[in-house]
Amino acid sequence: MNIVVLIKQVPDTNEVRIDPKTKTLIRKGVPSIINPEDKNAVEQALTLKQKYGGEVNVVTMGPPQADVALREALAMGADKGFLITDRFFGGADTYATAKTLSTTIKTVFPDFDLVLCGRQAIDGDTAQVGPQTAEQLGVPQVTYAKEVEVSGNKLTVTREVEDGYEVIELTTPALLTVVKDANQPRYPSISGIFDAYEVDVKKITNDDLKLEREELGLKGSPTKVVATTTPDTQRKGEVFTGNPKECCGNLIDRLNQRHLI
Amino acid sequence: MDFSFTKQQEMVRKVVSEFAKNEVEPGADDRDLTGEFPEDIVRKMAGLGMMGIPYPKEYGGAGGDYISYILAVEELSKVCASTGVILSAHTSLCCYPISKWGTEEQKKKYLVPLAKGEKLGAFGLTEPNAGTDAATQQTVATLEGDHYVLNGSKIFITNGGKADVYVIFAMTDESKGNHGISAFIVEKDFKGFSIGKIEDKMGINASSTAELVFEDCIVPKENLLGDEGRGFAMANPLPSSPKYAKERQQFGRPIGKFQGIKWYVADMATRVQEAKMLVYRAAWKKQVGKMKSTDAAYAKLCASEAAMYVTTKAVQIFGGYGYIKDYPVERYMRDAKITEIYEGTSEVQKMVISGSLL
Repeated sequence: MNIVVLIKQVPDTNEVRIDPKTKTLIRKGVPSIINPEDKNAVEQALTLKQKYGGEVNVVTMGPPQADVALREALAMGADKGFLITDRFFGGADTYATAKTLSTTIKTVFPDFDLVLCGRQAIDGDTAQVGPQTAEQLGVPQVTYAKEVEVSGNKLTVTREVEDGYEVIELTTPALLTVVKDANQPRYPSISGIFDAYEVDVKKITNDDLKLEREELGLKGSPTKVVATTTPDTQRKGEVFTGNPKECCGNLIDRLNQRHLI
Repeated sequence: MDFSFTKQQEMVRKVVSEFAKNEVEPGADDRDLTGEFPEDIVRKMAGLGMMGIPYPKEYGGAGGDYISYILAVEELSKVCASTGVILSAHTSLCCYPISKWGTEEQKKKYLVPLAKGEKLGAFGLTEPNAGTDAATQQTVATLEGDHYVLNGSKIFITNGGKADVYVIFAMTDESKGNHGISAFIVEKDFKGFSIGKIEDKMGINASSTAELVFEDCIVPKENLLGDEGRGFAMANPLPSSPKYAKERQQFGRPIGKFQGIKWYVADMATRVQEAKMLVYRAAWKKQVGKMKSTDAAYAKLCASEAAMYVTTKAVQIFGGYGYIKDYPVERYMRDAKITEIYEGTSEVQKMVISGSLL
């Protein structure tokens, strides 16, 4: 099985703080990680390879330092890493990103059987890149995939929905987005880490893809971010004075007024 | 000068840190109470190649370097000092002498399964009357035809009773003192070898510390490690408070706002940085083949005293809560104490250091 996994390097949002003045993320000093559900996609790919054989190629689009994310996936056991990087790709929204990713897949992996993505990234939370890539590739897709069975070119996918599961059959080539409940991603092995830096990660630029400048990055993005704000979470506390009975009475009155009890 | 870690070292630290937080930290308090050896964790560490980080792949290792190994020990010890010491006793004390002085056959037979983590290693030097002063060894080894016969006992042996392979020191020629000590590779099932008293300790409770007993123990001649009389060279010793301070309120403000606590936290952080510098430098010197015994002594002395200073101050910052078992800081302090004692006490490190100066 020829599998392509699309991963994204994101800031570890557990460590991110918001600048109270500018309302933007403070990225300085925040470690970068593989987007958690993309790790589930890598794990799914490695499990399928163990069962059915084939090759796991991991692809990311990002700045040169996204190389680390590919090395980590290689250390987990992926076969090859590909870094799509070009200054023209910068500032892309999900549409332009999917365009670049789908063109890469068509160019570099014309015979792919399966593309796996994480459900969504923890920085943008759109869950759009996977579905849009499938549309641009013209292949069937299942989002929120939890379990995957393979029989020849037929896939049976269990999909998580709000109140249960759907079981969907489709044929390859196809694209799936994987949820975190699908599996527990393996740790990279220590020897895998040293091996991962012994191999070359192939760089892909627009010289390889030959897309029009208007289709790329900020120029190729129909979405425009006008402003980013964060809700003000500071609430004013109120201190009741008096004896405990009066305080409790006041508290209950106030909660009643707000329909909280 | 370049103080940065390589990308590989950074990733080793990150992966081991995640492993430590997810797999090792959750049961650390319980294991401290029960003294249960973390066999499951050691098996998982083996699966991830952590049991032979600095050894070449052809001998079952991860093909890494000493700094990566030190970073792994550091990350594990942050959450469970017992797990850290199980790994370091195995890697530095058992695997290392075999990799350095072992024959090709010994490396294939013993280093490969040890570095792969299929087997656990230990090191037996200390006796009731011989610690760092190895020349007073009372365990003797007598050559009888195609094998040696070992008699005597070893105490305070880390991984004792849990290990499969032991590097054991014994006198082969008492008339030669230090130059009469030899090293042997002993398997746990060798006839005449048994485990004696298991120690009940103040800290590092999830690691095993045991007495080893040799009663006419038969060791094949080919298990002599290095040449006879070379043992002494091998035996030469190888080498959460800020968060609480922000949360704990007294006199209407977090205790971290008080200057006394601020000074503590700054001093603690500085001691940790000093220790890290000396430990990483020693690991780096080891990697490039330039380490002297004083490099290890500086690092060992500074790091163990820093560990004791920092954990004692942490208990102080936590106050009453620091003294009870609801928080792990009292465990950190008990665990830290042993670092000033084992593998050459602080006083021995000072002897090594002053010996090079005077």
